Amino acid sequence: MNRRKERIDRGVKARSADIFALTSYREMLYLMIPGAVPVVALLCFSPMLSDYWREVIISTAIYALLAMSWDMLMCAGLLSLGQSLFFGIGSYISGSLNYYAGLPPILTLPIATILGGLLCTVLLLPVLRLRGIYFAMVTLVVPLMLSRLVEATRILGGTEGLTGLTPFPNPLTALFIIQLALLVTLFGFRRIMGSDYGLVVKGISDNDRSVMSAGLNIYWYKAQVLFLGSSVGCFAGAFGTHMDMFAGMPGFALDYSIMPVAAAVVGGVGTFAGPLIGAFILVPLSEMLRALGSLRMVFYGLFLVVFVVGMPEGIFAYIQRKYQQMERWVDVS
Amino acid sequence: MLLGTLIYGFVNSAILALLAMGFNLTFGISGVANFAYGAVYIFSGFSVWILLNTFGIPYLLAVLIAILLAALMGLAIYYGVILRIKGMPLSEVMATFGLGLAIMELFRYFDFVGFRYTLPVFIDGSFSIGDVYIDYQRMIIGLIAIGLTFGLYLFTNHTRTGLAFRAIAQDERTALTFGIDADLVGGLSMALGCALAAIAAVVILPLGTIAVEGGYEVLINALAVCIVGGLGSTVGILVASVLIGYSQTITANYLEPHWMMLVSLIAIAIVLVVKPSGLFSHQKELEERI
Amino acid sequence: MTELTPLLRASNLTKKFGGVTAVSNVDFDLQEGQLLGVIGPNGSGKTTLVNLITGFVKPTAGRIEFRGKDITGWPPYKVVSEGISRTFQMVRPFYQLPAYKNLIVPLYSPRVKKLAGGKYGNRDAVALDLLEEVGFERDAHVSYKKAGALPQGYLKRLELAKSMALRPDLIILDELFSGLSLAEVASIVPIIEKLKHQGKTIIMIEHRLKELFRIADRVMVLNYGRKIAEGQAKDVMESPDVKEAYLGSEAE
Repeated sequence: MNRRKERIDRGVKARSADIFALTSYREMLYLMIPGAVPVVALLCFSPMLSDYWREVIISTAIYALLAMSWDMLMCAGLLSLGQSLFFGIGSYISGSLNYYAGLPPILTLPIATILGGLLCTVLLLPVLRLRGIYFAMVTLVVPLMLSRLVEATRILGGTEGLTGLTPFPNPLTALFIIQLALLVTLFGFRRIMGSDYGLVVKGISDNDRSVMSAGLNIYWYKAQVLFLGSSVGCFAGAFGTHMDMFAGMPGFALDYSIMPVAAAVVGGVGTFAGPLIGAFILVPLSEMLRALGSLRMVFYGLFLVVFVVGMPEGIFAYIQRKYQQMERWVDVS
Repeated sequence: MLLGTLIYGFVNSAILALLAMGFNLTFGISGVANFAYGAVYIFSGFSVWILLNTFGIPYLLAVLIAILLAALMGLAIYYGVILRIKGMPLSEVMATFGLGLAIMELFRYFDFVGFRYTLPVFIDGSFSIGDVYIDYQRMIIGLIAIGLTFGLYLFTNHTRTGLAFRAIAQDERTALTFGIDADLVGGLSMALGCALAAIAAVVILPLGTIAVEGGYEVLINALAVCIVGGLGSTVGILVASVLIGYSQTITANYLEPHWMMLVSLIAIAIVLVVKPSGLFSHQKELEERI
Repeated sequence: MTELTPLLRASNLTKKFGGVTAVSNVDFDLQEGQLLGVIGPNGSGKTTLVNLITGFVKPTAGRIEFRGKDITGWPPYKVVSEGISRTFQMVRPFYQLPAYKNLIVPLYSPRVKKLAGGKYGNRDAVALDLLEEVGFERDAHVSYKKAGALPQGYLKRLELAKSMALRPDLIILDELFSGLSLAEVASIVPIIEKLKHQGKTIIMIEHRLKELFRIADRVMVLNYGRKIAEGQAKDVMESPDVKEAYLGSEAE
């Protein structure tokens, strides 16, 4: 007797589609719990953590921002192997503003975000016309070269970087700011990509000839997406600068480029929640494995390969599937 | 000074060309982006070292084994990883990148770090051209670069396998209808690219030490040359290598050595503004995709 | 009597791809409201001609004027904004999206917004209406099916709907009938005729000559990139050059 696996939507999922969600509390809860519970848990419990784990959460949040930024770029077909470019530029802008002009974080953060976003967009504009692989190559190479450039020319503090920068007034403020940024980015990006605008962007990634013939300037949209993604990355860098009170060459380190990609691939590309989850898995994990030194990078690399090949949809998609659909064996006659 | 610049510039260009050739071959001709390229380079270097020092195998034999190992590695990566994800956009970039990362950092973890990891030169000593001394190893690098270029040109244009490579690059489905086994050709191109990385490694590494950082450097330099010269164009790689190689040497000799890195950056910047797909690239942006 | 400015005028249009001349010195005028058929053997440059007009490819030489405006070398999105839209020979929808969602992208374009007076309105509703116009049966809910699950007949109609969504003045249909059965073609022809009644100008590239000649006002024949004949359908088919192009000449 032959059987096959059948997957169908759960009853509660079908009932909670569209306007029917308002019919009962059960349906509404079903929709709200996946989003609300982790967020509330994070917001409530994180201030209660010890100093060490609070730093881990903040570090995770920074990587999560970079991962979501990566995901946004990926939606338009822009594979970035150089998130550290955005991080480093954001870091140096806010660091320089603080070091040379004495501006406080409340000013350097937004300026670094917007200015950094603009700068990175303009920088990468020529590459937008080319196939995705060129974007990958250029983003990989440029931050590493910029790092060596700083080393060679000794500008902006050279190898030592800019030190003694202004920290946040107190750790809870920092926690609050980064969590706010995290939530705004997550829900904001999901909202954007869920709208018709998002359809256009994904259309560009899928079949750009079609979008071009529909009267849309695909390069303009790619540029917009690039700005959105890079701004978030620059924010992460600017925030990191004030957390560490330091801006320097390590801002362009490979680590900031690789971790977000690994997190996104593990969590689920294209979902924004996936990269967030990926970061919240990988970063604490790597903290716990800190004793193993270089083995950390080995794990990132292996995670990347295994997930790209074995579970390309990512953990989030898997969880989502389990939550929304049930599977059962069905006899096939 | 001028003669020295000419000669060392040539060597520098040869090094860059050697580094870029394998990556360019694999991508340009078969469309497979092998971002584990730097890892293969380092792996080959360490393989030779291990074979030589731990197992006492004669140098030349160790070199040949290492090149073979690299080719096998390429095949393994292709059949183990790339085939499973072919068709998905940019997945092979991420997967090979992750793999390369894991390999390189594994070496670092097992403490293959330090100045004792060097390879001996093939022929010791140096000779002089005019009043410039150049060591034999550097000359060998130059000759191998030239030789490989000719060899590859002959291969891709005059052998059946080479032509099959180009067929797959141009139109995979049509090539399939001609009975060309796309998978095999893809695997071979990957193997060949890795073998070239190994050749580059064994010739260039004797000049310094084998360091994990070198793997990243190699990837960066190879990518930089490909960005400037245009992916897929052998002519482009050569021209880009010469341009960047000589510019770097001139900068080092007449300005200051630490500006050398700036050269690659400027070259990339100029190319991005003038002709983003590379000086000699075949991609005509939109036209080729309609 | 002054001559009306043609809606579309191509002068000396030439396109070389390296050593291959795909289009060679093609001139033609197209008056508003006409349906021009473009025929010719495979490889005669018909699709390249479309690519040139719609901006997907830049001409090596020559000019294209639309309503007297020089649009030579304009990028596709600008050409669409002026009022020219096209279909593609190889239909490629967004396979993962439902059929009606496929129309969201063209409905998002600036031209649609401009023509609607600055607001987009409910795109989903407009999309569904458009699909009904091209024959997606409303009660069968075909419009909600994933594009990947639709047969070729529906995909071609979807392609037509996409070009209609842009409210163009000139529609270029590149082998819309290819791969369709006689019945399917017969069901699409009325839609094209309706477009004509609405005053749209249409260029149709076709191999299905019988169906084309029934609706075309004029026909132009290309061979090896050159225009070898133009005029009424029956006159064109009598021309010896055209006969030779399609059927070959007598063996010596």
